[in-house]
Amino acid sequence: MRNNDLTIAVLSGKGGTGKTLVSVNLAALLPDSTYIDCDVEEPDGHLFFKPVFGTSVPVMVKTPQVDENRCTGCHACVDFCKFNALALIGSTLMVFNEICHSCGGCVLVCPRKALSEKERMVGFVREGISRGVQVVTGTMNIGESSGVPIIEAELRIKEKNINNLTFIDCPPGSACLVRKSIQEADYCLLVAEPTVFGAHNLAMVYALVSSLHKRFSLVLNKCLGGEENPSEVFAIEHQIPIVGRIPFDSELGLLNSEAKVVVWESEKYRQLFSSILTTVLREAHHEATGNS
Amino acid sequence: MRQLVILSGKGGTGKTTVASSFIKLATAKTYADCDVDAPNLHLIGSPFPSVKQTDYFSMPKAVINANLCISCAMCRKYCRFGAIVKDKTYKVDAASCEGCGVCAFVCPAKAITMEKTKAGDLLLYSDTDNTVFSTAVLSMGSGATGLLVTQVKKQMKAASGETPLAIIDGSPGIGCPVIASLSGADMVLIVAEPSISGISDMERIIGTAQQFQVRLAVCINKYDTNLLQSSHIESYCRTRRIPFVGKIPFEPMAIKAINQGKYLVDFPCEGAKALADVFAETMDLLQAEVV
Repeated sequence: MRNNDLTIAVLSGKGGTGKTLVSVNLAALLPDSTYIDCDVEEPDGHLFFKPVFGTSVPVMVKTPQVDENRCTGCHACVDFCKFNALALIGSTLMVFNEICHSCGGCVLVCPRKALSEKERMVGFVREGISRGVQVVTGTMNIGESSGVPIIEAELRIKEKNINNLTFIDCPPGSACLVRKSIQEADYCLLVAEPTVFGAHNLAMVYALVSSLHKRFSLVLNKCLGGEENPSEVFAIEHQIPIVGRIPFDSELGLLNSEAKVVVWESEKYRQLFSSILTTVLREAHHEATGNS
Repeated sequence: MRQLVILSGKGGTGKTTVASSFIKLATAKTYADCDVDAPNLHLIGSPFPSVKQTDYFSMPKAVINANLCISCAMCRKYCRFGAIVKDKTYKVDAASCEGCGVCAFVCPAKAITMEKTKAGDLLLYSDTDNTVFSTAVLSMGSGATGLLVTQVKKQMKAASGETPLAIIDGSPGIGCPVIASLSGADMVLIVAEPSISGISDMERIIGTAQQFQVRLAVCINKYDTNLLQSSHIESYCRTRRIPFVGKIPFEPMAIKAINQGKYLVDFPCEGAKALADVFAETMDLLQAEVV
């Protein structure tokens, strides 16, 4: 099967449903795939792959600095800043870096050219190889509020590498970080657990991927035999293709909690994830070629 | 009123199960769900007799008036967020616009105005016994989650009477919604999961809470799914003198309780017993005077 240049984003809305389990193990099945961890607040994929990382590349954002000799305290910048990242305290202009959005507006409005921009590090990106899999991981510094610049830096690495199958492990939720992570994806793979919570958050990401006109399918994780699965009920009602079912399995859970790549540990799990991968790729290519 | 925020770093460790159990055990009159882009707390417990909905507006966003636009592309040149797109005419991609106002400032034709955009719904549930539950739903793919969290908490405080305790269910991660939920908190309870990923995530949320100087305590959920990693969490807390308030076993009833919209502590089970102990320990710490 040809998997050239297909980027699959794995997302779930709810946290802890198995996004990392699915994206790590699907990527690990092919020796030339790429795994990108966009959960920059809590990046865990590298703990499984344990790649030998190259040098970490800092992610910088711009932030204003004040030339006190030029600043007259006119507070044009303070009035302009929509994020309240500048304040005039007495005659001293203060900059609050963590809430600055790096828009550059204050520099533009200053009549005395008292403001310029310097760079500030908000996180870093690392790249490494693990048994042939290219592993890209981004880490947001503790105390920062936005991981968006780090996700952007990771996706720029992706742009340089074409012609391989790429999995993007998304952050939880359905807000700006997830939107950014799936922006360039060709296909979305949703992961849901068999609870009312899982189904409710599945409905939220279903709405998100639909509104962005993404093609998608679903993996049901932690499936219990014989019990009704609210996420499956939702999928059937909304005609979402189900491409795999991962059973609730304490052995799998234990291996995963020890940060093991389960398809590298056991033939049983290799078969399980291989069959999911085959179905996902068939769905992705099938729809891409217009149901031919 | 003392505010207890339930956080975890990693998703799916059981924040909402712990938060809902605490609400029931404390018969809390004031609580909130600050996980605004994947809220679930409203799915537990009996329905409230009344709910008040308020539109939530984020930062005003740029709108280009096509009649005034002279297509000079200054807005696109200066926008740092890639929010100006060209499609016959210049337009603003509202999802990318952060509302900074730079485009409106540089536009020589005064064709750009900043306009209020609805970014979600604030919901305030209330009952005749003065119980208030504040929550929200963010509009799809919208940003500004931190601001919405702040509004959820403000709404909760404004509506609550003289209650001793507020319980706040937080979101996963360590970014803007989490930081917003930390402000004004008296204590954070971290629900940790015994896995290598869970420990890495726990260390990052502990670092975040400490940076914002909020007191914290740790409990472990599903501790018996990996006893080795559970013991690592306990010794981590011991060596760093972080209060450890107990461990909850894997409880098969938890899924049943969630799927029936009920509180886990209403089922007689090992999980409920352990949650009662964790609750008692946490309350002792929360009520203790800060030295």
